[in-house]
Amino acid sequence: MRGFLLRRLAALVPVLIGVSVVIFLLMHLAPGDVTTTLLGPQATEADRVALRRTLGLDQPVPAQYARWVARIAEGDLGTSVATSRPVAALIVPRFLNTALLAAASLALAMAIGYGAGLLAALRPRSVLDRVLTGVTLLFGSTPPFWLGLVLVLFFALRLRWLPVSGMTDMAGEGGVLDVARHLVLPTVTTALGPAAIITRLVRSSVLEAIGRPHVRVARAKGLGRGALLRRHVILNALPPIMTITGLQLGYLLGGALFSEVVFAWPGLGSLLYDSITARDTPVVQATTLLIALLFVLVNVLVDLVNAALDPRLKES
Amino acid sequence: MDGSDIVLEVKDLVTTVKMGGHEVRLVDRVSFTLRRGRTTAIVGESGSGKTMTALSLLRLLEPPVRVAGGTVRYLGRDLLALTERQMAEVRGARIAMVFQDPLASLNPVLRIGFQIAETLRAHRKMTRAEAERRAVELLRHVGVPDADARAMDYPHHFSGGMRQRVLIASAISCGPEVIIADEPTTALDVTVQAKILHLLDDLRQEAEASLLLITHDLGVVAAMADDVAVMYAGRVIEQADVDTLFHAPRHPYTRALLACAINLEDDRNTALEPIAGAPPDPRRRPSGCPFHPRCPDAIPDCRRIDPPLEAVSAQQSVACIVAQRAMADA
Repeated sequence: MRGFLLRRLAALVPVLIGVSVVIFLLMHLAPGDVTTTLLGPQATEADRVALRRTLGLDQPVPAQYARWVARIAEGDLGTSVATSRPVAALIVPRFLNTALLAAASLALAMAIGYGAGLLAALRPRSVLDRVLTGVTLLFGSTPPFWLGLVLVLFFALRLRWLPVSGMTDMAGEGGVLDVARHLVLPTVTTALGPAAIITRLVRSSVLEAIGRPHVRVARAKGLGRGALLRRHVILNALPPIMTITGLQLGYLLGGALFSEVVFAWPGLGSLLYDSITARDTPVVQATTLLIALLFVLVNVLVDLVNAALDPRLKES
Repeated sequence: MDGSDIVLEVKDLVTTVKMGGHEVRLVDRVSFTLRRGRTTAIVGESGSGKTMTALSLLRLLEPPVRVAGGTVRYLGRDLLALTERQMAEVRGARIAMVFQDPLASLNPVLRIGFQIAETLRAHRKMTRAEAERRAVELLRHVGVPDADARAMDYPHHFSGGMRQRVLIASAISCGPEVIIADEPTTALDVTVQAKILHLLDDLRQEAEASLLLITHDLGVVAAMADDVAVMYAGRVIEQADVDTLFHAPRHPYTRALLACAINLEDDRNTALEPIAGAPPDPRRRPSGCPFHPRCPDAIPDCRRIDPPLEAVSAQQSVACIVAQRAMADA
């Protein structure tokens, strides 16, 4: 298992190098000029040149890239151009907020997806199956920003059950209960899309596993329904389910951008949105890199889980 | 033939599949018996309903295939009338089955020892550790070398023959009275086929169990079986003890099958004698006797009369009006 882990981690190096190049170039290729944002349209050319020199933007692009990578390797994410604060200090609290929203959303998406997918697979082509598949398709294809607004309209503005946005009440005392109340709507908004994807995949993997010959053999052994389902169907259906769950988690950790913007949730997604608008390159680069890193690490974790589930994956 | 030594008695078994609103018969009024300590072979071409018959006995069919009629008596108890829970107690413990494809029959993500122990744990009050120890003994018993270590391996580490030994070990683990083996060697190398068949036969004798052997190989039938049922188009068309069947086949289809087999073993350069035509599609069975379009002996009545399986002597039954009339005249 250790050899497998080392191989997977080694394979990450070229991926991360590629990701860092793309992230770096994207901001450089994007139109616009950070000096305009910072100094305003009336600034003189001399001021602009001076600012570019201060920011190191007068260097050739490869040199800028090398310097950026070298600083990141030392743990220095740089300073925000827009706020003059260290990038790390900006990102960490935002990341924790996103992690909270992502964890809640993933938990909800898994609960819905695993439950509904399994129910649908155990009664294929039944009314229940059709209803579950139809409903998840409907929610899966609903844009989250629209869904978020509808939920706000109904549960926050009309019924007044839940707060409209933010993480805590401005006037209240805060606390766990307050955050939990604020968490509900963004969580639902974020979770429904992943829930739909997970439901569909669980249904098809479980159905596929049920049809394998060894399930019939296990029935011929006289196994009870529970053991049959656990050991010979679900266990075999798990690897693709784990993979898709990991991909969803990667997506959620990247900051469920739409939900964070709609609900003013102070997470990575809304930070990224604000930084792009402000052309705050160091923050955009660091945030994107963090998201990419989390994404690939989650996938390595999923690979490890899958290798533990299916010994053939470890050997190939 | 004393009725008390009958372990399994199948009577008028009908298995159907629902296709486009119609119930199509895959197994059609099949009857045969399995006696204690003996081997009954079911022979026939692929698609003749052999496997469907075996799966029907253990009620392992899934919709849209279902048993639509008949009785399957195991020691006098009708298996078709049991609840699903009672049936699970019979499966693996009293009647065990060995399947055709040993790789697909094993769960790729579970260790071999665990998969054998699982059968024991389902039927015996055993801890997991006890059951896994017993699994190692069983592996050794079916001739898997280095059984202690191999029990911890996964199916993909085993060769085809060894996998089938594993499945046989699992099948005999609870000392079943009946072992159903559905083409147990078809997926294996020719060189290991004989070994697996010998193993099955030895274990059957040792446990005084009965073997229901499903095969298309008449050589295997001659070597292993005491009694034979020949299936064609979902029906048993001839049934006899093995000597009678090979030396005095009555049904034209049985005779044609034997002619194919004998030609194959003939050194002289005689041409193969295939049976003209193809087995009928279950959706479009011919009227009367299902074999009549291919039958060299067919008479006009064959198109009209669907012949029942009737005893023509103490050892032999046949479903052919021509053969039945000839025997009656003799």
